[in-house]
Amino acid sequence: MALDQSFVGRSYPPTDPYEVGREKIREFSEAVGDANPAYTDPEAAKALGHPDVIAPPTFVFSITFKAAGQVVQDPQLGLDYSRVVHGDQKFSYRRPVRAGDRLTVTSTIEAIKSLAGNDILDIRGEVHDEAGEHVVTAWTKLVARAAEEG
Amino acid sequence: MTAKIAYDDVEVGTELPAASFRATRAALVQYAGASGDFNPIHWNEKFAKEVGLPDVIAHGMFTMAEAIRVVTDWAGDPGAVVEYGVRFTRPVVVPNDEQGATIEVSGKVAAKLDDSTVRVDLVATSSGQKVLGMSRAVVRLA
Repeated sequence: MALDQSFVGRSYPPTDPYEVGREKIREFSEAVGDANPAYTDPEAAKALGHPDVIAPPTFVFSITFKAAGQVVQDPQLGLDYSRVVHGDQKFSYRRPVRAGDRLTVTSTIEAIKSLAGNDILDIRGEVHDEAGEHVVTAWTKLVARAAEEG
Repeated sequence: MTAKIAYDDVEVGTELPAASFRATRAALVQYAGASGDFNPIHWNEKFAKEVGLPDVIAHGMFTMAEAIRVVTDWAGDPGAVVEYGVRFTRPVVVPNDEQGATIEVSGKVAAKLDDSTVRVDLVATSSGQKVLGMSRAVVRLA
């Protein structure tokens, strides 16, 4: 069943702050096998002009996708999450995420489309720091594949 | 931000050093833990096959994280990445052996933009097939 178009433009309340820790960044960069010292060595990060270690570019997805759960699990929207695949992902950075950040995410439904029975949902997550400054925006396209003819 | 590559030293068509990255089952389990994405299609072969996949597949975000390393290693400062986007066109299938899957990534400068930034177009393949589409990053150079 096609999703309700009236949800386009709907924003959800900002999430509670997520505090970015040095060791969480280290864990993530080890998991992707990236030994760039800017992720683990505060002195190396400072040499590049950053106040503390920075996170790899895709690190913030864990935070924005969790926030998008508000949308995905909104019973009024009624998305069938068991059929969802990740279609596209995009980030636009004002600055890199870094250790010590306390980040909140505001999720907005940007678009809802129906193509060949698939529901396509575009969610924008605006990430701000504790001072209210914009850090990064994440766009996530989710595709709920059409149910098979039964 | 202190990229080690100068804007004036690159041209449209400049190729970035290519790299290949390994995705093993163990790496996917580690990535699941680090990212919080515990979808069983990334570690449970039986489940993956039940939902119609050929085998366990890598997290799309794992592949996305590997592909940008071609850009961050080239630029020197990962904080120089201004934009990054991909389309997940085909899954990276990860067999249950020591080798796992290999993701080959190449990139070239596709456009010189304002404010010392360039657009890099990336190509990521596994088993000879493209796994990312529209894979583009904008990076600020020195």
